[in-house]
Amino acid sequence: MADAAQTVDDERLKKEGLGARLMKRPELGAIAGVILVTTFFLITADSSMFTLSGIMNFMTPAAQLGILAIGAAMLMIGGEFDLSIGSMVAFAGLIFGACVVTLGLPLILAIPLTLAVAAGLGALNGTIVLKTGLPSFIVTLAFLFILRGASLVGLKLASGGSTQLRGVRDAVEGDWLAPMFSGDAFGPVFAWLAQVGVIDTFKNGTPKVPGIPVEILWFVALALVATYVLLRTPQGNWVFASGGDRTAASNSGVPVRKVKISLFMVTAMCGALVAIITVMDAGSTDARRGFMKEFEAIIAAVIGGCLLTGGYGSAIGAFFGAIIFGMVTIGLTYTNFDQDWFQIFLGGMLLIAVLFNNYIRKRVTGER
Amino acid sequence: MTQDTTFHHGDPQAATQPIIKMQNIEKHFGNIIALAGVSFDVRPGECHCLLGDNGAGKSTFIKTMSGVHKPTKGTITIDDQPMNFDSPRDAMEAGIATVFQDLAMIPLMSVTRNFFMGREPVKGRKPFRRMDVEMMNETAVEEMRKMGINLRGPDQAVGTLSGGERQTVAIARAVYFGARVLILDEPTSALGVRQTSNVLATIDRVRKQGVGVVFISHNVRHALAVGDRFTVLNRGKTLGTAERGDITPEQLQDLMAGGQEMAQLEGSLGGTV
Ligand SMILES: Nc1ncnc2c1ncn2[C@@H]1O[C@H](COP(=O)(O)OP(=O)(O)OP(=O)(O)O)[C@@H](O)[C@H]1O
Ligand SMILES: [Mg+2]
Repeated sequence: MADAAQTVDDERLKKEGLGARLMKRPELGAIAGVILVTTFFLITADSSMFTLSGIMNFMTPAAQLGILAIGAAMLMIGGEFDLSIGSMVAFAGLIFGACVVTLGLPLILAIPLTLAVAAGLGALNGTIVLKTGLPSFIVTLAFLFILRGASLVGLKLASGGSTQLRGVRDAVEGDWLAPMFSGDAFGPVFAWLAQVGVIDTFKNGTPKVPGIPVEILWFVALALVATYVLLRTPQGNWVFASGGDRTAASNSGVPVRKVKISLFMVTAMCGALVAIITVMDAGSTDARRGFMKEFEAIIAAVIGGCLLTGGYGSAIGAFFGAIIFGMVTIGLTYTNFDQDWFQIFLGGMLLIAVLFNNYIRKRVTGER
Repeated sequence: MTQDTTFHHGDPQAATQPIIKMQNIEKHFGNIIALAGVSFDVRPGECHCLLGDNGAGKSTFIKTMSGVHKPTKGTITIDDQPMNFDSPRDAMEAGIATVFQDLAMIPLMSVTRNFFMGREPVKGRKPFRRMDVEMMNETAVEEMRKMGINLRGPDQAVGTLSGGERQTVAIARAVYFGARVLILDEPTSALGVRQTSNVLATIDRVRKQGVGVVFISHNVRHALAVGDRFTVLNRGKTLGTAERGDITPEQLQDLMAGGQEMAQLEGSLGGTV
């Protein structure tokens, strides 16, 4: 957005330095966080953390969380919360597992069906919130329990008494859609890179990193699409407006209701996508899938610059927020620190992020 | 009080058909009767002032006209077609643009994004259709300049603008989008002298282009400066509509105060009101 040419010279406008302009970007905090965390681990962690396989190691959980975090961030910018996404992962995992194992459906049917069920539940969440005017916090808290419970009950029904549904791997074996949702992408490229000696190999000549885990590609693609939608499309403008001030947005002609319900649906579908990917990866699904992920996703979104009050934030910020999460979770295993520092670290990050965002908001809105 | 005659006033409009016609509009909020049967119309090329005391129901009335509230009773017709606005978006599509008393601006968003909120211009083909950001920025700056305000930058957040600057964004936006009817709810309450006369001149300009203007103000001089007709609301009802020239400023002022005698008050304040 270079508008220098259009603005008249204004003697009441101080030259704004690059720093000051960067300060106004919502994702700045998250990028600073990534740099901070990287520096920390460069100093304290084993050097293998930042080899190709080490990076894939922490990017995989980061991606699984990040897909949720991007959905959560868009919803938060739109002024709502969804505390049920973690449970949604479990429930969608059940639906998906039941589709492929119990019903024996091919992925071309099972995946759209799972996404549709999730979207339907998201729409239900959104409709209740908008119809009643209750805070989304409380409505989706109810769904946190409802969906978690439904996953347990459903798993017992589908598996005949157990809380785990196995046999997904066999069921999807050979399905032509499977490579899009599981395993590693660009295998031949990595094999070739190994051959020419660019990347490390095992003794037998196979590359240590067989490819890029597909969730990372989904994660990057989603972050790009979400950022584009938010910054460059009318619908993105409506998301900011709906979250910024619902009445003002509606009075200006923004279809607030549609925007918010769509966001609930998108968030739920992000949960379903994570369910599909992780269930295919694990080969089974269980009722604990996605446990506590709603909080982690919201924390990643907040670290990424989303305001809890809505109307401000970025998808790219949530992207970096999730990477911070992945780095901290996995990175501690490369250090001499106890794993249990993880939660303290995250709590601290969250607190700093909220304080920082609060300060930024005041600068942007001009309150002091 | 001197009558401002800077602006040209159109010929008697009696011959022209109204663009929008509101008949016996009632609006109840629970047990509160905000509007108890108000009739009002706007003809092309006129400025119809809606006047009245605080709480008379002016804002509520124009909100039914702009699709924010659904009237409890009564009919709205545009070009003799009955209309049923479900949302402000519907009203906008019918060519009605409004400056709300609370402005309907989002402080965290930039001037440009606020200006085009809900009506973003796009370019490109379907899957890659995107906002025309350059055009949006240029237009926002240009329209603001026409209203006498030089923006520091189109990406400045509205929250950092002064009250009057913010009001000007809302007015510029409505003028830009008000294809047939332009509704202004106390648009000049926070404006400086220069910006106020700019707004009055703008009303005159769009009126000459055939737009019907609804102008709400507590300032008799502003109303008389641009108004062609004056409708006074009091406690949810119309006290009547007067043509320009049929009413003296003093009579109008009395009506605006809810029909009570302003004379005494005016006397005690030394004629400054
Ligand atoms: N949403 C609402 N719920 C309940 N009562 C309302 C609502 N909106 C308006 N009212 C009531 O309707 C009456 C008319 O309000 P309105 O805002 O239309 O007045 P107004 O003529 O615009 O006044 P002002 O000159 O102060 O802007 C007031 O008594 C107000 O309390
Ligand atoms: Mg009002």
